[in-house]
Amino acid sequence: MRIIGIKELEDIALGAALLGAGGGGDPYIGKLMAIGAIRECGPVTLLDPDEVPDGELIVPIAMMGAPTVLSEKGIGGNEYKQLYDMVSQFYGRKIFAFMPMEAGGVNSMLPFVAAARLGLPLVDVDGMGRAFPELQMVTFTMGGVSATPMALTDEKGNSAIFKTITNKWAEDFARAVTMSCGGSVSVSLYCMDGSVMKKYGVRNIVTRSEMLGRAIREVKLGAGTPEENFLKASEGFKLFRGKITDVLREVRGAFNFGKVVLEGISEYKGKTSYVEFQNENLVAAVDGEILATTPDLICLVDTETFIPVPTDALKYGKRVMIVGLKCYEAWRSPAGLELVGPRYFGCDTDYIPVEIRSKGGEA
Amino acid sequence: MYRLGIDVGGTNTDAVIIDENLKVVAQTKTPTTEDVYGGIVGVLAKVLECSGIDRTQIRQAMLGTTQCTNAIVERKNLARIGVMRIGAPATLGILPMVDWAEDLKAVAEEIEVIGGGFEYDGKAIASLDEEAARSFFQRCKAKGLKSIAISGVFSTVRDDNEQEAARICREVMGDDVHISVSSKIGSMGLIERENATILNAALYKVARSFTESFAKSLAEQGVTNAAVYFSQNDGTLMNEDYARKYPILTIACGPTNSIRGASYLSRLSDAVVIDIGGTTTDIGILQNGFPRESSVAVTVGGVRTNFRMPDIISIGLGGGSIVREKDGNVTVGPDSVGYRITEKALVFGGDTLTATDIAVRLGYADIGDPSKAAHIDEALANKAMTRIVEMVEENVDAMKVSSEDVDVVLTGGGSILLSGRLAGARQLLKPENFAVANAIGSAISKVSGTYEKLVSYDATPREQALENAKREAIEMAVRSGAKAETVEIIDVEDVPLAYHPGNTCRVKIKAAGELA
Repeated sequence: MRIIGIKELEDIALGAALLGAGGGGDPYIGKLMAIGAIRECGPVTLLDPDEVPDGELIVPIAMMGAPTVLSEKGIGGNEYKQLYDMVSQFYGRKIFAFMPMEAGGVNSMLPFVAAARLGLPLVDVDGMGRAFPELQMVTFTMGGVSATPMALTDEKGNSAIFKTITNKWAEDFARAVTMSCGGSVSVSLYCMDGSVMKKYGVRNIVTRSEMLGRAIREVKLGAGTPEENFLKASEGFKLFRGKITDVLREVRGAFNFGKVVLEGISEYKGKTSYVEFQNENLVAAVDGEILATTPDLICLVDTETFIPVPTDALKYGKRVMIVGLKCYEAWRSPAGLELVGPRYFGCDTDYIPVEIRSKGGEA
Repeated sequence: MYRLGIDVGGTNTDAVIIDENLKVVAQTKTPTTEDVYGGIVGVLAKVLECSGIDRTQIRQAMLGTTQCTNAIVERKNLARIGVMRIGAPATLGILPMVDWAEDLKAVAEEIEVIGGGFEYDGKAIASLDEEAARSFFQRCKAKGLKSIAISGVFSTVRDDNEQEAARICREVMGDDVHISVSSKIGSMGLIERENATILNAALYKVARSFTESFAKSLAEQGVTNAAVYFSQNDGTLMNEDYARKYPILTIACGPTNSIRGASYLSRLSDAVVIDIGGTTTDIGILQNGFPRESSVAVTVGGVRTNFRMPDIISIGLGGGSIVREKDGNVTVGPDSVGYRITEKALVFGGDTLTATDIAVRLGYADIGDPSKAAHIDEALANKAMTRIVEMVEENVDAMKVSSEDVDVVLTGGGSILLSGRLAGARQLLKPENFAVANAIGSAISKVSGTYEKLVSYDATPREQALENAKREAIEMAVRSGAKAETVEIIDVEDVPLAYHPGNTCRVKIKAAGELA
């Protein structure tokens, strides 16, 4: 158990931007909400998963919708009380603690707002270990946990609770409600007992975010060059350094598809690279050879500051380094790859771990 | 007929007079003084005298100034203001100015979030709470506040609430109240737009001061027939009235004016501009005659805002950069003797080996006393020069948008460091009058209009939507004073938005034209 205040939040938000792997939305606005909530209601208690009793009810908190909409409307502030009431009423039980569903991007911050405002602890765990675009893409799906009952509410006070026959239906309903509510909603889903959370959750991910954020903030202070310091702290594999020469974007369904093309600089001069994304980065290749694929994290960071560059900020002329980070181990299982592997996203390639691919090896 | 351009920078205040063919008639450079007004009067008197023209023949006078940046950074002359946001019940989870430094936050004496605002599609979140607005403005009035910042959720889609609140504000507080509305200042992203709007509101006294002192100094110097304009950071102009309303748009106009001036001097509209000073080199991109905009959020005085700035990289290389040799490796900068170059550099009789000494040793420049650099080892000089060229080449390459060679324009006093060729450069131009490129940039600025909205390409096909948006942008430019026949589209951006139905994109179009 430890206390998370504003200083820790800053680092967690920066680390979460990296774990967003290009997507998940800018944690900045979430951070402001969390700072506001902590100032008003006091700091948040972060629990180690093992500190949670097996039989207690744990409720994930997230927002669904367009980051652009969130950056205009924010949240009202009463959403989490509303979610608490709906969920605890449904189960007829008290909620013991909240947890993040997604440690990458803006959803890393909103659980802190909920925890501060309701005075509940937050568990150091999530269901992705990064950001993914669809709600069934959580480790809990592999454990057969149902997404529903799923509670949704908007800032105006509209709310709904759904029970669906599959998690795919939950996704469809959630999207329909999100659109009707003006493009963003607060949501609780995959509510579970402490024992299930411990068994399937990605542990200590909030702490990892904080460590990553601190490493980026202090990148110039370490023993090596900033790049060495960054790669060491993130346990990242350097895939490329280049300048963006083209960004292709297309909206299909509810997603931002696209591809960014880079031309090498410094030691990569003369080489080219591309990264394909669907909200999050999916595949990175250099000179036509794939060096990393989902579910490993493909992150683009500024070559000077090492601050993560999300897909919606990709622009001609921007200079970035591409790094690959190992994903949570369970995603590399057949069941995990079925949910979030390259083929699910329409990339016709097998998954080979980044630590092997980046060295030019085959599985 | 003449135009006068003045650029007040951190180090120097520059002035130029150009004729109707945009030819430079006179130019001066003086150090910027603590008392900016005195500095403007001084440089004005000097450039007028130097030109010998009939002062009444100056028909346009343009000022680019850093005073707004200074006021925010130094927390000086900022006004006490009221801050209103329209958007409850949305946004209540993030109150205004959450992450502002306490001393800057103190400018806001009244803060309130009232009901209203819109969804992304223009549907109302709630109806505007006129009663709350009225009582907020009454409180502001009772406190003697004279400036109000009003921001509404999705006001870039629909600004009705902001306009209505502004009307109520004038009704309650009187016609002399200064009102800043966010839809006129920032782009998508409420917090950043609201921040920019709040800074803008707090700057009204600074704006009054620089607009009045410019007008006064012109009158004193007999420049009585000139329309007065102020530089914005996008390379376009605003009139006095507009500058008083939107002083924040002057921030970072200096580097923009340098790039625009370089464009004019070199007759190029697409090029890389390298401005080498005493301590740093700024590299920017000239695109369609305007600086490329930065894609990252811009922080002003520690406050995150979303109005655009020129995309500039600064490296620690200048005429005063200190050159060192260690174990056979030669480094240049990033530290510099700066403005003390005339006492520190070897060629001026000093004891520090600088980049300027290297240039003199290699015969690129004839500055100070070349004999005092003659003893520098030639191998060392060549190594240092190789390093200088590498630094510039690498950063130029990193700024380019394709591997094709580009035209490169060199400006600034430190540009003596480069001579001959640069890898990746089709040609290297060092135009005449390069030292006052910024004042020239200010004098030749255009007027513009920017249109930004969320558009569903399913409801309106992309081609047609872009066509409509371009027309709107052109009309906006003409309304701001551009000659209709000269208006061109200078920037087109459409970014798809995930989770929106109907293939919704954020469309942003900018048009600019010559002053009418």
